[in-house]
Amino acid sequence: MTHGTLIWKNLTRYRLRFFLTTFAIFIAFFLFGILQSFDKALDAGAELAADDRLVVSNRINFTQPLPIAYVDRIRSMDGVLHATHQSWIGSYYQEPRNFIFGFAVDPESFMTVYQDDIVLPAEQIAAFIKNRRGVLVGADTAGTYGWALGDLVPISSNIWQQADGSKVWDVVIEGIFQSSRDELPANGLYMHYDYLNEARTFGKDFTGTVALTTTDPTLNDQVAQAIDFRFQNSAYATETRTEAAFNRSFVDQLGNIGLIISSVVGAALFTILIIVGNTMALSIRERTSEIGVMKALGFRASTVFSMVLGEAFGLAFFGGLIGTITAWGLVEIARNIPGFPFVLGFPTSVWLQAFGLMVVLGVLTGLFPAWNAYRLKLSTAFARV
Amino acid sequence: MPDTPLIMLENVSKAYRKAKSEISIFDQLNLSIKEGDFVAIMGPSGSGKTTLLNLLGGVDRPTSGTITINGERIDKMSESALSRWRAHTVGFIFQFYNLMPMLTAARNVELPLLLTKLSRKQRRENVMTALKVVGLEDRAKHSPREMSGGQQQRVAIARAIVSDPKLLLCDEPTGDLDRETAGEILSTLQMLNRDFGKTILMVTHDPEAAKYAKSILHLDKGHFVEELVTS
Ligand SMILES: Nc1ncnc2c1ncn2[C@@H]1O[C@H](COP(=O)(O)OP(=O)(O)OP(=O)(O)O)[C@@H](O)[C@H]1O
Ligand SMILES: [Mg+2]
Repeated sequence: MTHGTLIWKNLTRYRLRFFLTTFAIFIAFFLFGILQSFDKALDAGAELAADDRLVVSNRINFTQPLPIAYVDRIRSMDGVLHATHQSWIGSYYQEPRNFIFGFAVDPESFMTVYQDDIVLPAEQIAAFIKNRRGVLVGADTAGTYGWALGDLVPISSNIWQQADGSKVWDVVIEGIFQSSRDELPANGLYMHYDYLNEARTFGKDFTGTVALTTTDPTLNDQVAQAIDFRFQNSAYATETRTEAAFNRSFVDQLGNIGLIISSVVGAALFTILIIVGNTMALSIRERTSEIGVMKALGFRASTVFSMVLGEAFGLAFFGGLIGTITAWGLVEIARNIPGFPFVLGFPTSVWLQAFGLMVVLGVLTGLFPAWNAYRLKLSTAFARV
Repeated sequence: MPDTPLIMLENVSKAYRKAKSEISIFDQLNLSIKEGDFVAIMGPSGSGKTTLLNLLGGVDRPTSGTITINGERIDKMSESALSRWRAHTVGFIFQFYNLMPMLTAARNVELPLLLTKLSRKQRRENVMTALKVVGLEDRAKHSPREMSGGQQQRVAIARAIVSDPKLLLCDEPTGDLDRETAGEILSTLQMLNRDFGKTILMVTHDPEAAKYAKSILHLDKGHFVEELVTS
């Protein structure tokens, strides 16, 4: 027997109580892990965005279009190095649930502006630019649907329609790209804007957003203001932001997810704090005479203090670890489901935050009972027997 | 040092402060007990018997006076020094056994050995020896719940002697037991005194129990009246 055995035996002496308390902690940490993973997924785009790129969108809302003519006008402005544009396709493969993040782009300028983000051999880039029906797909997307270079693939749009009523564009896989950063998934699809634009029956000669690089990042604010000023009185006023700010607003469109997540997690953690704190306080009170006996046997007050604190830590880490590991396991499973719509991940920061919370929970629920046990006078302990 | 007593109380006073008034339990109490003695302490309820054991066990402190046990002034010791001192000098036996309900008999007995540097094997040997002394070696794996009151008290005795202390302090060790079981416990204490040289102080209300001791001290109104057992 060791002090550890003793702590564990104390912790588990009432099976049901131990189970219920652990379960409460498990739930809270499970929720924390899952929601934190979602939150990180949503933030990933914003955090990894290049800060030397600006995005021009319709002032009303980024889902509103911009005239394609804007691209050339922006290109000719002072301080603008390269500009390109992208239109949302609303693409999917065969079934709407096989949803693909797809954009119609101007291939050459797109590859110039995004050369650092998209990694693939030069000959594939050339082939993509040359073939009007060519597309680039992410390696993950290609893997999901079993596509290889040269494959002819029908891509459907849930927005655009052709004159004959068809919503399908046949495209050829000309390039398969990797993501430049491991944290970012290599998914998505890029087709020629001209190919989409020619055939569609509405929205012709409009695009979604314009992305541009500046000759010098210090000019960013100036250039952004100049662009918005130039178009402010037109029918399509613009809003120009850094790519990071734009991505953030895209996420915010889904509601203030971050706030919802922290409220839920906060409420769950606060609840278990009260439950566990109460349980610990009660169980130490019940053991007043036992703690007295331990002190009579010669256990020092500081030892008794650490053992009670150890018990609170044991509880927090036992439930917390099971909860976090379960959340991690579930995220790993979800990540490997083909076509799973969220870019989930379980970064080290989530583990560290979870550990931090376990420590906080242990301290907050253990400190007070441990202090009481520390102060407990032997003579009063026996008086209560 | 056969002439120096194991326990020596000199001018010990103990008072509890309650609200604004002071309740004096002992006033200028003197007492000496030599090594190897077995003393029963009797007296009316509230006369301070438990308080006396608490003082002798370093669990409570006197208001004034000196307490010397085995040559050490325990009234002057720091809390942590007292803890260490208790661990190898005194064994406590309580009326309600006070075993840890979630530990087996063997582990309850092993508890004080967590404070020593003994190896696992040595600890197990000492535990089995202690259980054998109280006649419970076949109950090592049983939990307190599965044992009778008398057996639980014997486990408590094993726990008190496992680290081989010189002094055993027993507060009504048979107060919760029937006469026959009480007799067994008292014989065990007698044997520990006789065969193992333990010095024993035992508080009891029962004159029959007191007869197992070598001498009886009557505590009344903070003073002792000694009586020798003639049997
Ligand atoms: N912590 C305390 N605070 C205040 N008074 C106390 C405290 N402990 C004991 N007393 C008082 O000291 C007196 C002696 O108590 P003690 O427990 O020593 O008596 P006792 O002889 O053991 O009695 P009993 O035979 O009922 O066990 C009692 O009047 C009791 O109320
Ligand atoms: Mg008493």
